[in-house]
Amino acid sequence: MKIDKNCRYMKTHEWVRVVGDLATAGITDYAQSQLSDVVYVELPEVGDAFDKGEVFAVVESAKTAADVYMPISGKITEVNEALSSPQLVNDDPFGEGWFVQFTPSDLSELDALLTPQEYQEHVAQEEGGH
Amino acid sequence: MSYIPHTDSDRAAMLAEMGAEDIGDLFLDVPESVRYPELKLPLPLSEMEILGELRSMSEENADLDHHACFLGAGAYNHFVPSVVGHIIGRSEFYTAYTPYQPEISQGTLQAIFEYQSMVCALTGMDAANASHYDGATSLAEAAIMAVNVSRGKRRKIIVSPTVHPEYRATLRTYTPGSDLAVTGDEEPTSNLQPDGDTACLIIQQPDFFGQLAEASELKQLAEAVHAAGALLIVNTDPISLGLFTPPGEYGADIVVGEGQPLGNPLNFGGPYLGLLACREKCMRKMPGRLVGETVDTEGRRGFVLTLAAREQHIRRERATSNICTNQALCALAAGAYLAAMGKSGLRQVAKLCYHKAHYAATQIAAIPGFDLVGDKPFFKEFVVRCPKPPSEINDALLEQGIIGGYDLGQDYPHLENHMLLCVTEMNTRTEIDCLVEALEEVTHD
Repeated sequence: MKIDKNCRYMKTHEWVRVVGDLATAGITDYAQSQLSDVVYVELPEVGDAFDKGEVFAVVESAKTAADVYMPISGKITEVNEALSSPQLVNDDPFGEGWFVQFTPSDLSELDALLTPQEYQEHVAQEEGGH
Repeated sequence: MSYIPHTDSDRAAMLAEMGAEDIGDLFLDVPESVRYPELKLPLPLSEMEILGELRSMSEENADLDHHACFLGAGAYNHFVPSVVGHIIGRSEFYTAYTPYQPEISQGTLQAIFEYQSMVCALTGMDAANASHYDGATSLAEAAIMAVNVSRGKRRKIIVSPTVHPEYRATLRTYTPGSDLAVTGDEEPTSNLQPDGDTACLIIQQPDFFGQLAEASELKQLAEAVHAAGALLIVNTDPISLGLFTPPGEYGADIVVGEGQPLGNPLNFGGPYLGLLACREKCMRKMPGRLVGETVDTEGRRGFVLTLAAREQHIRRERATSNICTNQALCALAAGAYLAAMGKSGLRQVAKLCYHKAHYAATQIAAIPGFDLVGDKPFFKEFVVRCPKPPSEINDALLEQGIIGGYDLGQDYPHLENHMLLCVTEMNTRTEIDCLVEALEEVTHD
């Protein structure tokens, strides 16, 4: 399982990476492996604003459809149009398979998210529970 | 799999677990006076006697083997070729359900796929689902779908007053509890102009009165709807598409319709079949099930439930549709019907309906006291203004073995004493002439 050291994580398997004033979010490598082949990603529109924890996207795989939650509050500035080839989410979840870019409204919300280390432990725990 | 009933020891174990002595203990909450009521039933009859009794009761129905029918208004008496019954009666097919492990039932999936493909060809759309309960629920689901296509941002549904009154009533059962507004049909000539808050405009072609708008006129309407950023939903009669322009050609985004005319008998009002097809851009918001064609790991053709993820059994807390099951058997009948008729057969049915309806309309319009209403071309239904209340006329017709038309005054107050008559390929010239004669007599009474 890949982990990106520059991201913070949600227990629901979303990642967020903040560079300067801009944040990028997507789903983790573990999430894509659990979903299996992603067949469709429903993205929000540029200009939409979401609070942390709100559903901002839906990811559909051959197996299921899952809601994707906003890691920290913000306003969408760009969506990844390349996800019309949804396989990118499976191939490169932390890179080409990103979902949205947004302007965070409160960076202190990051503190409540899991660190890469904590996320790794969380996944190990979930796996153990299975 | 054999059916394995509970054994006495199973029951004893379950009762012991619940701390009950016998099954009667489980019903102690029911007041004793109503716990085991004495039913005053007649004495038992033999199978032979009961069949006789039921037969004599069913013979009191005004069935279509013994009556000429000129009633349409959403449910249509069309010929059903025998092959339809033979196909849907096969035990491999004979179920109302899509299987829950669908891919193991390749034959069922292929039949659904073919149904979907024919509905697409008929309507001029890219994708069709399989299926809804009836035309009315298809229309309501299409409206909700249009709202979802706008990501819930557009909250207004405009519906033409010439859409079937029961369909509009059904649509209104879907919207309470949401802040969706259904409007446009308050008056016979309401404003149907879409605005920035409009999710969709719903029209019917041929409309409830049987009338057809010109395809060019509908194309302009579609352009206006699209310019406002809304979707055009067209409710249609699938038989009419054998003869007239498919909605896809004049710009419809979602096409719905009652599928009963396609190989399904009138059945006293159900089960019927809801058709729903749409353009590719709306496909992801389409409710229900969609079967797709694919290849297996060895490259062989196969079929899968493609959009099952949209079904309630996966994301039910966020489901956007009421559809939990479908009308697989009625859809199969529609598929078998379309396959049996083919392009030319369907066209011939539509032509027969058209010509017979026009013959009937001309004859009726010539009767003093009766007038043909409406200035547009019509398909198989038309409106006549009557010299008497339609209910009285229909009573008189029924005495002569004729099922008369639909009383429009019950839905449209300004159409009191107006009747909607329907003529299909099933009505013979003799039947039509008898109807005309009977209507002439009615005016003399």
